[in-house]
Amino acid sequence: MKKTITAIIVVAAMYACGNQNGTTTTDNVAAGEEKKEASTNPSYDPERGEGKFKTVEIPATLDATLAEKGNKVYGVKCSSCHKLTEEKLVGPGWKGVTARFTAPWIMNFITNTDEMLTKDPKAQAQLEICLVRMPNQNLSDDDARSLYEFMRKNDGVK
Amino acid sequence: MKKTNYNAIAMASFALLLGMLSCKPKNAGNAVSADAAAKAYVAPGKYDEYYNFVSGGFSGQMAVYGLPSGRLLRVIPAFSVDPEKGWGYSEETKPMLNTSHGFVPWDDLHHPELSQTNGEIDGRWVFGNANNTPRVARIDLTTFRTAEIIELPNSAGNHSSPFITENTEYVVAGTRFSVPPDNVSGDIPINTYKQNFKGTLSFISVAKEDGKMDIAFQIQCPGVNFDLSHAGKGKSHGWFFFSCYNTEQANTLLEVNASQRDKDFIMAVNWKKAEEYLKAGKGRKQSVKYASNRWDEKTHSATSTIKTEVIVLDAKELKDICYMIPCPKSPHGCDVDPTGEYIVGSGKLAALIPVFSFDKMIKAIAAKDYAGEYDGIPVIKYESALYGEVKKPGLGPLHTEFDGKGNAYTSFFVSSEVVKWNIKDLKVLDRVPTYYSVGHLSIPGGDTKKPSAKYLVAYNKITKDRYLPTGPELAQSAQLYDISGDKMQLILDFPTIGEPHYAQSAPADLIRKNSVKFFKIDENKHPYVSKGEGESKVVREGNKVHVYMTAIRSHFSPDNIEGIRVGDEVLFHVTNLEQDWDVPHGFAVKGASNAELLIMPGETQTLRWTPEKPGMFPIYCTDFCSALHQEMQGYVRVSPAGSNVPLTFSLGTNQPKAEPVPAPKK
Repeated sequence: MKKTITAIIVVAAMYACGNQNGTTTTDNVAAGEEKKEASTNPSYDPERGEGKFKTVEIPATLDATLAEKGNKVYGVKCSSCHKLTEEKLVGPGWKGVTARFTAPWIMNFITNTDEMLTKDPKAQAQLEICLVRMPNQNLSDDDARSLYEFMRKNDGVK
Repeated sequence: MKKTNYNAIAMASFALLLGMLSCKPKNAGNAVSADAAAKAYVAPGKYDEYYNFVSGGFSGQMAVYGLPSGRLLRVIPAFSVDPEKGWGYSEETKPMLNTSHGFVPWDDLHHPELSQTNGEIDGRWVFGNANNTPRVARIDLTTFRTAEIIELPNSAGNHSSPFITENTEYVVAGTRFSVPPDNVSGDIPINTYKQNFKGTLSFISVAKEDGKMDIAFQIQCPGVNFDLSHAGKGKSHGWFFFSCYNTEQANTLLEVNASQRDKDFIMAVNWKKAEEYLKAGKGRKQSVKYASNRWDEKTHSATSTIKTEVIVLDAKELKDICYMIPCPKSPHGCDVDPTGEYIVGSGKLAALIPVFSFDKMIKAIAAKDYAGEYDGIPVIKYESALYGEVKKPGLGPLHTEFDGKGNAYTSFFVSSEVVKWNIKDLKVLDRVPTYYSVGHLSIPGGDTKKPSAKYLVAYNKITKDRYLPTGPELAQSAQLYDISGDKMQLILDFPTIGEPHYAQSAPADLIRKNSVKFFKIDENKHPYVSKGEGESKVVREGNKVHVYMTAIRSHFSPDNIEGIRVGDEVLFHVTNLEQDWDVPHGFAVKGASNAELLIMPGETQTLRWTPEKPGMFPIYCTDFCSALHQEMQGYVRVSPAGSNVPLTFSLGTNQPKAEPVPAPKK
């Protein structure tokens, strides 16, 4: 019963927000079916997500300057909702995020949030937990890369 | 003698009344043909072709509609406070409504005028006039927000405004009321009008890059009422034309006393000549007081500066700036055709439309072909400036716009109709009824060099039976006509706010691509900004408490504040951290007697709150923001004056109980 209610809320939230953001959602398709469609679509790479980042060169060691830049962006645009621990605030905590998702997926998600929330099974799974569509914070490509470096630092990369 | 005059007026009024009754269209339904709905239909999710900027009249605001749908898109606050936008309520917006008389919360906006480059609408700004406390506003069309308001000294009732020159060099403001100049006492008998009252025209310069306005100069003219105006264009660029009434110089019962003369004037002003005199130092400095209010998009705040001097050119002394052209019966509209050759004067009480020729006027001036002088200003002979008259066009012509194909469209208040006529042969081509008593009319670009003649909108003064009744006051009424063919066709009625006077339209593509979606948080230079939750805090300075607060979907930081005392002045500086389109947050405190806030993404706005009794004061977001909008709330605890409850603030921490809760009073 609880599950059904959650599903309804998710669909309702997606429908309401989808329209507001100008993206198209099919109102008579349940969230589950839509998910299946996306994951069975052979052209869609769920490890990469949807967006402009195809492959991202990540060096083995940390770029400390870049990570510091990312820290600043985090302070202004992310820290309201994401803790650096595993604790969920509005959105998930960031501890371990670089192990759970690839660099292109994270960078696509934070720069192309609306489309990812509409399409990507993993993003939708997160939405079911958090129930707040992540705001598009209009990050530049450089912001996205520096944030990823900051996440790596947070995950212990030296 | 006097009695006879009154009788004549009474008879004329009766005749007009009869005319009105007989001209009232009887079959409104038949006036609309079957394809009308399709022509005005804009499907859900589709955009309109034009932005239509419509004066909000006595509301003091400007409304934006889409054409052809007639859908209301936005009301832009200009001269009146507007709770829906927080305009005039937040500490940042209050200075925009400052004047030399202090804060003026409500004015009367009559005429929108879109900025032009080379005589064509450029989509950068739209200007509007405040009719009561004389001011001009410049609205930025990237944000649809009033960016600047300038006050006009030596003026009262800024009606002949804010018309512009073809490269937006100047916005003009002609005073409706003549008044004693601001540097002499106005504490004089009213019936000394003829000796002491002056009419002033203000030329406001507009900076090319950022649009900033300043009063370049004023021209002091005889005491009359300036009504409307339009700039010359093309060949007549460098001239401005102002309609004048009350050339009788009456100071009471103008309805009768200002309707005595058979002809009043259109005043032609050679502003290029005025510029030369200004350069040559022929102006005199006059000490005045006027407010110049500017909005800064980086600090998200307005500043109001009181300026103290203007330069005045005297039209009586500097002979070749101003010339009077006689124009029948209290002229109202004063409109220049797209070529700049024809000037159309519309006498409110006339039954013909005179069309003046710019070339003939220049020749007449060269030949000093004058009928005499009016208070020191040369009066050109009527026939010497006249191109011709449109005979029997209707009753009570008011305003004329053009289609760029050689035709003019004039509104007729008394006979409730729009009449299309040809400028060259002055023949009436078509007429359509309006419902009822049309004032202004508007064609996109209809007062520019390049009209886009697909639609015409008539803005009516009387609504009567057009919509479902809503008590004593009815919605205002606009009517949309398709004018792409030979015959005008009514395709839509739509209600408007306030009272529509003039309106202008611009192609949607010219404006929509420049629309700002949010303000970049990195560029926010507000002195009390919090760039990120890490910067949110509460700081006490004596009895002033600054709350640096952030808002993001869906919480405030901090959302628990204690240690506020009665007698404190609390300033909530709320920064909206969102960086996405269409996500404003609201902010409200229970019992706040002055205001709430509405904060655009990336912006900081301030609410001043002086709690008057101890207690628990909830705060919450008033603008629906997410599925958890209803959770976006918090509490402010207010203790009595002198309380020692420490100042604390937090988010996400349920504080341990620090002191016993007092038992409820029995």
